[in-house]
Amino acid sequence: MRKHTRAALLCVAAALTLTACAAGKGGGASSEAAAAPGKDDKLTLTVWSNYSDRELEEVTKALKTFNKKFPNIEIKHEGSQDDDKITAGIRSGNTPDVALSFTTDNIGQFCSSGAFQKLQPYIDRDKVDLNQISPAVREYTEYKGNRCAMPMLTDVYAMYYNTGMMAEAGVAAPPKTLDELFEAAKKLTKKAPNGDIERAGYLPTMGFYANRPTILGPSFGAEWTTPDGKSALATSPGFTEMMTFQKKLVDFYGFDALERFRAGLGQEYSADHAFHQGKIAIMMDGEYRTAFLKAQAPQIKFGTAPFPTWKPADYGTAFTTGTIMGIPKGAKNPGAAWELIKHLSFDTDTIVDLSNAIKNVPSTKAAMESPKLEVDAQFKTFIDLAKSDKLKGNPVTPIGDAHIKAVTDFAVSYTSGKEPDLAAGLKKVDQNIDDQLAKSGK
Amino acid sequence: MTATLGARPAPGRGRARARHRLAVLGFMAPAIIGFVLFFGYPLVATVIFSFTKYDLINAPEFTGLDNYLFMFKDPLFTKAIQNTLWFVAVLTIARTVFALGVASVIARLKSGVGLIRTLCYLPSLAPPVAATLVFFMVLRPNGGPFATVLGWFGLDSPLWFSDPMWAKPGITAIMLWISGDLMIIILAAILDVPQEQYEAAELDGAGPIRRWWHVTLPTISPVLLFGIVNSVILALQLFTQAVVAGSAGSGSADSTGSTKYLGFPDNSTLTFPVYLYTQGFRYFDMGYAAAMATVLFIISFGVTIVLVQRMRKGSAAEEGGPGA
Repeated sequence: MRKHTRAALLCVAAALTLTACAAGKGGGASSEAAAAPGKDDKLTLTVWSNYSDRELEEVTKALKTFNKKFPNIEIKHEGSQDDDKITAGIRSGNTPDVALSFTTDNIGQFCSSGAFQKLQPYIDRDKVDLNQISPAVREYTEYKGNRCAMPMLTDVYAMYYNTGMMAEAGVAAPPKTLDELFEAAKKLTKKAPNGDIERAGYLPTMGFYANRPTILGPSFGAEWTTPDGKSALATSPGFTEMMTFQKKLVDFYGFDALERFRAGLGQEYSADHAFHQGKIAIMMDGEYRTAFLKAQAPQIKFGTAPFPTWKPADYGTAFTTGTIMGIPKGAKNPGAAWELIKHLSFDTDTIVDLSNAIKNVPSTKAAMESPKLEVDAQFKTFIDLAKSDKLKGNPVTPIGDAHIKAVTDFAVSYTSGKEPDLAAGLKKVDQNIDDQLAKSGK
Repeated sequence: MTATLGARPAPGRGRARARHRLAVLGFMAPAIIGFVLFFGYPLVATVIFSFTKYDLINAPEFTGLDNYLFMFKDPLFTKAIQNTLWFVAVLTIARTVFALGVASVIARLKSGVGLIRTLCYLPSLAPPVAATLVFFMVLRPNGGPFATVLGWFGLDSPLWFSDPMWAKPGITAIMLWISGDLMIIILAAILDVPQEQYEAAELDGAGPIRRWWHVTLPTISPVLLFGIVNSVILALQLFTQAVVAGSAGSGSADSTGSTKYLGFPDNSTLTFPVYLYTQGFRYFDMGYAAAMATVLFIISFGVTIVLVQRMRKGSAAEEGGPGA
């Protein structure tokens, strides 16, 4: 018996040692800038991204333009690599030189954990002028002053409206205030004699398509945190207004009728998207939808405009987020990786060509002004919003999207009537977010 | 001679025994190594991580019981536990009864057995993501085939994956559809019941239902125990179907990263493994995820032990017969 106990203890001790070693593994993250590659250095840069199909090809083309500056560097681009794979790669020592992440909500974790290396030493060494990028975009690519990522194009969100339906319903101009949006939604909604919704003027369900609290936040002037870093939902009038407005719309449709209608709508990135199918007249979405609509639903005539705001003075504000690029901890060629990131972040022609190809908003002011940028009437709205100083970036936290999920869950409960007390509910969500922030300790 | 051997084994005999032990160990080595590497080590490591703050990148920091204490103030933890216990209770019973029912019917068929058996088994081979999406389309309350059929009778379809009350039954329906693997195992057990027992029961005047109840069921009870334990484990580990159904219901099945809405609607599809994954890989709190995994392991272990003991007692009573 004693022999067995001793053996078990030995096994646990061995596991402890192994676990400690494995958990601490991963290449070092230097706080100094690595040297840029020489003109004769032959090397291969591995880039991981989550792109696939046509977008993967277009991004690969953009990456290849780097060879004009460094013909000696071969670029190996691997698509369909999400954040889980990037993290696993860092842990196992199999890291790419450059990682592209779609999940901007993870920037807090990437920067605070050292998963992405600090870029400030490179920026200082190369005297890079970050003012070429708008403050909102700079905001979502750093965490507490630690810049560990750069933007690769950006997404800007605005209102889409079906021009034919607007004309038919007698809505003369795109709404600019929430009251106007409510009235337009009522006029544009079509119901069957049995009360079923056939067409929704504006679909308010939180969490559905781009109806996320982060994206809607700027239109309501919603503040996520207090100056001391605590969750500010209950104290921010914007959140109260957002929930009240959503509930007013849900009550207009009737929660059950709205859910029955919503349950029959297509997925967000499919050709069955409700706006493509003419089942919703007004919606919030990113600039990329212009390309989706032209490719998948050319029959839909649509316009774009800034999303209506609670306070008229805020009109012209918008939410922005986007793909981020970083040098993962343990990257084999950090110096060359920075050169590639710098190229993708600031080379105007490359940014403009990529923007034209995948219909995202360029991330630098110079690229937005470029005559080569293809800007039609619908896309212009997004460019104008991106240039505006009212643009708001994605809120950055070290807890991924936990705060966004907490607010979305509450919004659904509140608008369905399950949670009747708005103020108490928001306080509860604040407490939940604060608990998670405190637990993260970052 | 015997006495001598008993007092002190001959050196040649001792060496033979050692060689025998080594040979046994050698044959068992692949299994032992696999067990230690892929079960023992991860299990111990998970328990160790559960007492740490660990973001997957940096070395873990010891935080004592913090992760376990946080469970008491985490509303989603409670919700995830409730959801998983619902599946353990409902899915286990439904899956075992469904598979037993289908197997019993197939066992009595006279013709077309091969075709029907194949048709019932085939869905279990479908990849879980595809199977869930197909089911999602079939159950779509607005224009889906199921809703259309209900409409012919003037009935409204439930909102399935949009209504918190129906989302879990919807997932259970998917799990029943793909339970062909268990059905085949139970069918094999039923076909293995000795024919003489049925004949004896028939001579005693037992009809088909009594034969099934008194002959088939007791004979296949070990297989049913396996089915129940297997279903409990399946329910405790329910992940893929919950993620796909929740994200498809919220319109984000084709989204990536944090825009995929997990738990929809109203966190009714947020099972324990889904929440564990969310904490570990979306919120980078692997210490908390490890604590959750430890709790899940303890629950699974406890439930399995209780089940096995109860079934063993039942079998012993059955074998002992009246008065035993």
